Amino acid sequence: MKRILTAGAVSFLSTVAATAEVLPEDIVFGEYGEVEVSLSGVAGDPVSGEALMVARGKGNCLACHQVTALEQHPFHGEVGPSLDGVADRWSEAELRGIVVNAKMTYEGTVMPAFYKVSGFYRPGDAYTGKAAVMPLSPLLTAQEIEDIVAYLLTLSD
Amino acid sequence: MYMKTLIKSGVAVIALLAAGPVAADEDADLIINDEIEITVRAEAPAHVDGLRTIYSGWVFRADETQALQMDDFENPAMLFADEAREKWTRVEGSAEKSCADCHGEPESLADARGTYPKWNDQAQEVRTLAMQVNGCRTEQMGAEAWKYDSAELLNMEALLSSVARGNPVNVAIDGPVAATFELGKEIYYSRFGQLDLSCANCHEENYGNNIRADHLSQGQINGFPTYRLKNARLNGAQTRFRGCIRDTRAETYAVGSEEFIALELYVASRGNGLSVEGPSVRN
Ligand code: HEC
Ligand code: HEC
Repeated sequence: MKRILTAGAVSFLSTVAATAEVLPEDIVFGEYGEVEVSLSGVAGDPVSGEALMVARGKGNCLACHQVTALEQHPFHGEVGPSLDGVADRWSEAELRGIVVNAKMTYEGTVMPAFYKVSGFYRPGDAYTGKAAVMPLSPLLTAQEIEDIVAYLLTLSD
Repeated sequence: MYMKTLIKSGVAVIALLAAGPVAADEDADLIINDEIEITVRAEAPAHVDGLRTIYSGWVFRADETQALQMDDFENPAMLFADEAREKWTRVEGSAEKSCADCHGEPESLADARGTYPKWNDQAQEVRTLAMQVNGCRTEQMGAEAWKYDSAELLNMEALLSSVARGNPVNVAIDGPVAATFELGKEIYYSRFGQLDLSCANCHEENYGNNIRADHLSQGQINGFPTYRLKNARLNGAQTRFRGCIRDTRAETYAVGSEEFIALELYVASRGNGLSVEGPSVRN
């Protein structure tokens, strides 16, 4: 439901057709886990990306990462590295790959894959503890990933 | 989540919001009522490859939360143990017996808590302490079993833990429970749900780190049942497992299921060498 609505909104708002959206199953990773092609075909919005990074029901990236630019939001996690200066360390394609499925960049990492819909053990229906209703939706939509990548690209020292 | 502590010291409110999660004194020692010495850190048991030292969850809690457990008059969980002490002598069931008729004082069972879950020869099954209490009720008293992790059962477990405090956790992992141990271990290291996280990802690889506002412990169960400030009641270990698996966006197992009995045995055995500490206080 959610996915269809989002895809609908994208084609309505932009001149780019919804068919430009790359589905989770169709992602092509480079040798080091990078993803070259925009998932939505629409430029990411860093302001929306910032909100998605913070929101607990969305990226909740702060659960694991410290970001100095987001210091006004309390409680940054320590499970992953600080994201300060991340735009100097990684290209746009590499950052997209890490957010889509960090396991393609870091084997066995604890960082969840935000744009993946299969290959999970006992997937649940969100946070209810009940079995998932198939098909699964990715944790973030194509456009939400693009927005987050756009925000990450602002994090340079 | 910090409500209780905040009420205690209004000044801390501003400090907390500004400074992030509440600081824990990870080097503190736990002595209850100036009397019962609790081992809160110990060398990891040989069968736990991923840890060198094991720590009670108490170590990772804020000073104020730690303090609540140092005095039974401050520990809200003790009220529940007291409720069970009243039921201890109450005759129930067709055999017209109470717990006291077979066991005397609850203190006579001080060795129980630290050795469960364990094999029951007669029933030919692994029993958690909850299952054993229910075994007594149905087999000895002719009374009805209490629901798993219900208030009555958790109260009784709190009583049996309280009399065992200071005794070592010493759960057997071989012989007839070997297969259960292996199943529990497999579950512990399995990555669950759409977040694809295992117990070990959080509690073995990241204990001591904050995950958002939560300060991760090793997920030990020597302190169960535990009174959580968050929900102001006793919580069972398997209900906690359920919550943690749910939080990985996974389909959980049922409380009382074969999987959770196995996981309880395995997780309990990771605490071999710590003291029984329940009923504890957590946030
Ligand atoms: C459950 C923990 C967790 C969550 C949630 C998480 N990450 Fe990560 N992330 C990690 C870890 C751990 C690493 C380091 C990789 C490794 O060594 O496993 C990492 C690495 C990264 C890196 C590379 C950092 C560098 O300095 O090279 C980026 C960029 C990143 N994450 C972005 C994000 C974004 C954006 C989100 C949210 C949409 C997010 N992460 C959510 C745990 C997490
Ligand atoms: C995404 C991270 C995460 C995963 C995965 C996870 N937990 Fe937890 N767990 C927590 C947090 C956060 C807490 C609360 C802080 C603490 O005590 O560590 C907690 C608390 C606990 C506690 C209470 C400890 C105490 O002293 O009160 C137990 C027991 C526990 N977890 C066991 C498990 C088991 C068993 C698994 C796997 C089935 C598991 N956890 C998976 C995050 C996690």
